Amino acid sequence: MFDRRLVQYFDWGLLLFTIILLITGLFALYSAVYNSVNIDSNNISNLLFIKQILWLSMGLLVMVISLFFNYKLLDKFSFVIYFGCIILLILVLTHGKYVAGSRRWLLIGPVTFQPSEIAKIAVILSISRYYSRLICEQGLSLKSLFIPFVITIIPCVLILKQPDLGTALLIMLNTGSITWFVKIKRKALIVIITIIALSIPVCWLFLQDYQRERIHAFINPSRDPLGSGYHLIQSKIAIGSGKLTGKGFMKGTQNELSFLPEQHTDFIFSVFAEECGFVGSIFLIILYVIILFWGISISNGSRDVFGKILSIGVCSMIFWQVFINIGMVMGLMPVVGVPLPFVSYGGSSIVTTMLGIGILLNISMRRFMFD
Amino acid sequence: MNYFKTVDNDFFRQRLSSLFIAILIFFTILISRLFYLQIIDGNEYYIKSENNCFRLQKIPPHRGLIFDINGELLVDNRPSFEISITPKDARPLRKVVSKLSGLLDIPEDILYEKVKSIKGIAAFKPTLLKKDISRDCLAAIEVNKYDLPGVNINVISQRHYIKKNAVHLIGYLGEINSTELSSDKYLDYRKGDLIGKFGVEKAYEKFLRGKWGGKQVEIDVTGQVLRILNIVKSQPGDNLFLTIDDKIQAKAEELISGKKGAIVVMDPNNGLIIALVSSPVFDPDLFIEGMSRKEWNNLVTDKNRPLQNRAIQGEYPPGSVYKIVTAMAALEEKIIDETNTVDCPGYYKFGIRRFKCWKGGGHGIVNINKAISESCDVFFYHVGQQLGVDRIAKYAKMCGLGKKTGILIDRESTGLIPTSHWKVWQTGEPWIKGETLSIAIGQGYNLVTPLQCAVLISAIANGGILYKPQVVDRIETVEGKKVFQYKKEVMGNINISSKTLEIIRKGLWHAVNSEKGTAFWFAKMKDIDISGKTGTSQVISQKDFNKMTDEEKERYKDHAWFVAYAPSKNCKIAVAVLIEHGEHGSSGAAPIAKEIIKLYLKSN
Repeated sequence: MFDRRLVQYFDWGLLLFTIILLITGLFALYSAVYNSVNIDSNNISNLLFIKQILWLSMGLLVMVISLFFNYKLLDKFSFVIYFGCIILLILVLTHGKYVAGSRRWLLIGPVTFQPSEIAKIAVILSISRYYSRLICEQGLSLKSLFIPFVITIIPCVLILKQPDLGTALLIMLNTGSITWFVKIKRKALIVIITIIALSIPVCWLFLQDYQRERIHAFINPSRDPLGSGYHLIQSKIAIGSGKLTGKGFMKGTQNELSFLPEQHTDFIFSVFAEECGFVGSIFLIILYVIILFWGISISNGSRDVFGKILSIGVCSMIFWQVFINIGMVMGLMPVVGVPLPFVSYGGSSIVTTMLGIGILLNISMRRFMFD
Repeated sequence: MNYFKTVDNDFFRQRLSSLFIAILIFFTILISRLFYLQIIDGNEYYIKSENNCFRLQKIPPHRGLIFDINGELLVDNRPSFEISITPKDARPLRKVVSKLSGLLDIPEDILYEKVKSIKGIAAFKPTLLKKDISRDCLAAIEVNKYDLPGVNINVISQRHYIKKNAVHLIGYLGEINSTELSSDKYLDYRKGDLIGKFGVEKAYEKFLRGKWGGKQVEIDVTGQVLRILNIVKSQPGDNLFLTIDDKIQAKAEELISGKKGAIVVMDPNNGLIIALVSSPVFDPDLFIEGMSRKEWNNLVTDKNRPLQNRAIQGEYPPGSVYKIVTAMAALEEKIIDETNTVDCPGYYKFGIRRFKCWKGGGHGIVNINKAISESCDVFFYHVGQQLGVDRIAKYAKMCGLGKKTGILIDRESTGLIPTSHWKVWQTGEPWIKGETLSIAIGQGYNLVTPLQCAVLISAIANGGILYKPQVVDRIETVEGKKVFQYKKEVMGNINISSKTLEIIRKGLWHAVNSEKGTAFWFAKMKDIDISGKTGTSQVISQKDFNKMTDEEKERYKDHAWFVAYAPSKNCKIAVAVLIEHGEHGSSGAAPIAKEIIKLYLKSN
């Protein structure tokens, strides 16, 4: 079953850049957890760092194992995976663990994980499978967009209930990006835009006052000066004070004085930018760009429609997270809890991203295989 | 698989190149922003980061006030001042400490060691040095503020118990513990927050708490606030109006003081609690000042259990009060009617045992009315024996005994109404018929709470409706907007014929108003028409009691019960009184109920 050609066509370049990115991320995380007085005990720092390394190894292992299976199996089982995910998302709402006011984590033995992370991949798989049967040069009609809409909206509603606005938004953006990629008819596009434009004020009318206030604060952080507004000020000071070359590894002061919130998760880019400056930040951003372009070229090289769409789905997942996270900490975007792929602390996010890279490698190495 | 059946490679190449461009555009936006922050505005941000001058300060909310039903203020807040120090800002430390030690009256070296030992993140945060300082001390520190960099004066609002009445009902506050922090009930709480730990302070925490505010401030190198950038005001908690009437509550507490026991006063027409007393009481101020471990241990292990709310949590054998239930069962199950009589010679022979009546000489010929009013044990031995334990239990449960009333405060006790199944399940032994005799007069395994008895007697008074007891009349925001208003809640009905109810009510009337009635000498009033039932519940068997020393006898004396309502027609008030080791329901408990009823009816 295992073909010699698979090794021959293995995409070492993608793996190499992924590993460079992971190592860069580990340095940033190291600084964030050890150089923080917010985490006042060395034991906790050790725990966080070691846990992250364990998750990374786990992610790599999952990635390597996934390579042994032909990705076309994903085509076959995409809906099974999807329904499994829906069940997990329901379980989270009924049995999940509360952390800081939201219920996102499932506890399995000693391990906690976020089913919403896996849901991202599951939705991409189902959508790719669906579109791979329908794609045509004229573009898709409005009618054929109904099923992708349903596939997307069910997990989104469940995730919004947790509540986790960031992940729900990401799933919708992924579906949107893939849909745009496979092309839809101009007429359909106009109808969709009109529907969205009309439904926003209608939804607004049905919202409770506190929900509106939450959205206000989300769009304009200065309305929430004790929460996201404050975080944003500190984050901008951290990034800006890095200047051209940064303050040096472990020398960031904003982070040290714990002015940055959640500096090892969502705001890790601020720590990195403060310590490594413009030069380091550009380096990190270029690594992401390389990986994304690599993904696009894999899509280009694949001769299987499902593979082509799926690799774009994975790219979309990585792209939106990077763009929203970095945009958010620089004050370009509303403050949404979206982790930075490969870098932020968090097991589920790392494993999901590595699974995504595994899918790309898988499509790449089987590009000349026919069954 | 459908390889390129529908689309060719050019189509994809074109789609991919537009994607390529889109990604480039998005990343150009990110890089431009980064360039702007780090290169163009970099110096400005660098200076800001060197100063570390932005801080977030929390503004605590005012906790809601607690009133009685008439708007009498029971609990409010008073400002209290505390001194804290931020070690990193207190420079030179020696000088600050030596000045401060004189003002705070703490020895200099102890203070120095304490501040010196604060390291790491904690050195950037204020550490509490002294709580609740005097006005003089406050003034002295305020005057010397500029010689004391890093020293902060915090104004905190503290609970102030104005009347110190109803302490069990009101409850107390305490610091949130780690179990509470991780439960989903206290999601937006942080370490160090005070929460209600007992009574309505706990049950209505979410209304009373209010909402935290905060402000973004810019500070100078000594930690003084230069300017406030942004402020979010805290929102005060809602005000709670209890159903209790402070006048009645105070009187009831006065009457029971020095004794152990509980009093529940209820409006029989809606279930509102007029007074809820448990004795002995604790001093709520102890919880404000903060107790040492030893003081806390003393309070928890105190033999008299002052922290227990006996009215709700105390479980006692109901004694003769339970005869109301037995009588009800006997009449409804047609074991007897009002004409049947039993001869009471002062004892009842069952097998080889003699079960005594409380009246050694016997009551002579007894019918149901006399059995209730004079509390004849022998009569109830007879009917209890014919009823059997399970039929009595059915009526007891119908009356709300042996189950929680659902009052929202504290951990309410269930009580216990035994059945033959219960005993087999619990002990593995079958029910013994002799035990039924004890059950019939409220002894044996039976346990009830004073609150359950109050609900029962209220139902007898109002014609059979079991109202859920409620302690909060209304909740209002500071602006006076009502956010909660009590509504009558029916827990159940005592489904008996009106004839049965009338017979029982007549018996209860005679217990107080006929000269031979058990409560005549202690509860009868000329101008107020009371009905009631006394009860005396044995703590241990008479045989064991007789063998005891005098000191032990004091500890195992019988509990005294009295349940009553008045006026007998169109009833307005129902009372249940329990005095631990009060010996006789008639002399120990009835006078207290009488005084409460008198005060309530005269003042309303």
